[in-house]
Amino acid sequence: MIFITLSYWDIAIAGLLLIFNAGLSMAFQLGLGQRLLIAATRMVVQLTMVGLVLKALFALASPLLTALAAFVMVLFAGREAMARQDRRFEGYWSYGIGTSAMMSAGLIVTVFGLTTQIHADPWYNPRFALPILGMILGNTMNGVSLGLERLVSGAVLSRNAIEAQLMLGADIGEAMRGVRRDAMRAGLIPTINGMAAAGLVSLPGMMTGQILAGVEPVEAVKYQILIMFLIGGGTGFGTFVAVIAASRRLTDARQRLRLDRLQAKSE
Amino acid sequence: MGLGERLVLKIRHLERPGIAPLDLDLAEGECIAIGGPSGAGKSLLLRSIVDLDPNEGDVSLEGRARDAMPAPEWRHRIVYVPAEAGWWADRVASHFDDPALAAPLMVRLGLTADALDWQVARLSTGEKQRLAMVRAFLTAPRVMLLDEPTSGLDPEATAKVEALLHERRSEGVAMMLVTHDADQAARMASRHFQMAAGVLKAMGPGAGS
Repeated sequence: MIFITLSYWDIAIAGLLLIFNAGLSMAFQLGLGQRLLIAATRMVVQLTMVGLVLKALFALASPLLTALAAFVMVLFAGREAMARQDRRFEGYWSYGIGTSAMMSAGLIVTVFGLTTQIHADPWYNPRFALPILGMILGNTMNGVSLGLERLVSGAVLSRNAIEAQLMLGADIGEAMRGVRRDAMRAGLIPTINGMAAAGLVSLPGMMTGQILAGVEPVEAVKYQILIMFLIGGGTGFGTFVAVIAASRRLTDARQRLRLDRLQAKSE
Repeated sequence: MGLGERLVLKIRHLERPGIAPLDLDLAEGECIAIGGPSGAGKSLLLRSIVDLDPNEGDVSLEGRARDAMPAPEWRHRIVYVPAEAGWWADRVASHFDDPALAAPLMVRLGLTADALDWQVARLSTGEKQRLAMVRAFLTAPRVMLLDEPTSGLDPEATAKVEALLHERRSEGVAMMLVTHDADQAARMASRHFQMAAGVLKAMGPGAGS
């Protein structure tokens, strides 16, 4: 295996490209120069810190600290999924629904992958557990936030159509079926597209990373396929849980549509 | 007992934001008219009776309490036809369980039976109103809550709708009719009410016309 270690000097040279971009922005008055530099600086600082945190976690290999790190990752994912919602539920529901869906999907799929396929030793070994959870969470977060967004905006836009069915004696499940189906589809389509394009249009990042690290392409591909399955499972399960939970919150025991449980649209 | 004596809908202390607590009785085959300015709470009242919005109070249909009945069953027996009906499919026919049953009623209301093949997006306001009425009739309700059912119709079509409503009343269906048309209220209803700022008031005989 040939692994080429990068020096800080190598990284600095690559960074010149961004300086060049900033120069372009100034020349064409795009007004992006400052934002570009701030984003790049954040990226460098955040990744460096994550590198140090992971190094420490790997060295300690403590189940408790690993679980804590996983928990923090889920909380950040929940916050990000909520931030992407235009219309949110009142109170903690928006945060709660997205976070608990990602927590259950991420946890179940990661533990399933670690214990039955990857056979890490010990199974919670942070060097395997955290990167895999991260990949599953990142994709599940997209599915959950797209699904929730589509469900809520669909219910608001189709209010007349949903209530027209209720007024004629339809039950709420029947009346919400179309909106719920659209929401599930919206959550799952990026994963389906990602699988369809994998290898042809894009070389998935993890596989590329393993190849750069010197792993045989065939072995890297096997890993990537495994991860794609885990991601597909996690996204499907997380989106399903979130859409079902949110559609329950949008309705009540008397089979009404409860749009009053949503906050006013954020601008 | 004949028509007009048996109580069908009984409402006690119905209350929700925007509506002062109210009591109301509706006898078999009876039609009451409710007038009042827009925003007075007339539609909120009708929505509350069919339990589309959270509300408090005792409502019963032929002695059966609303809370003791599943909501879909309740709304099947007390059908609400809003001023602006909703549509959940592209084609008209998809809105009927059995389009063949809808055709004769459509013809009676002055529509042609081919309207079943039309696209909802191309319907006029008056066509939508009459189709929504047909949809409601087909659920065979005991009570109909009608929110300005003829506001988009010409006099001829209005007369057809009223004739059909009269026919259902003679079969015992009770009705609450929200209308801005005093003549229609006089033609259709035996009791008249006025709603203002969420308060429902009974008017003297003839006061509504």
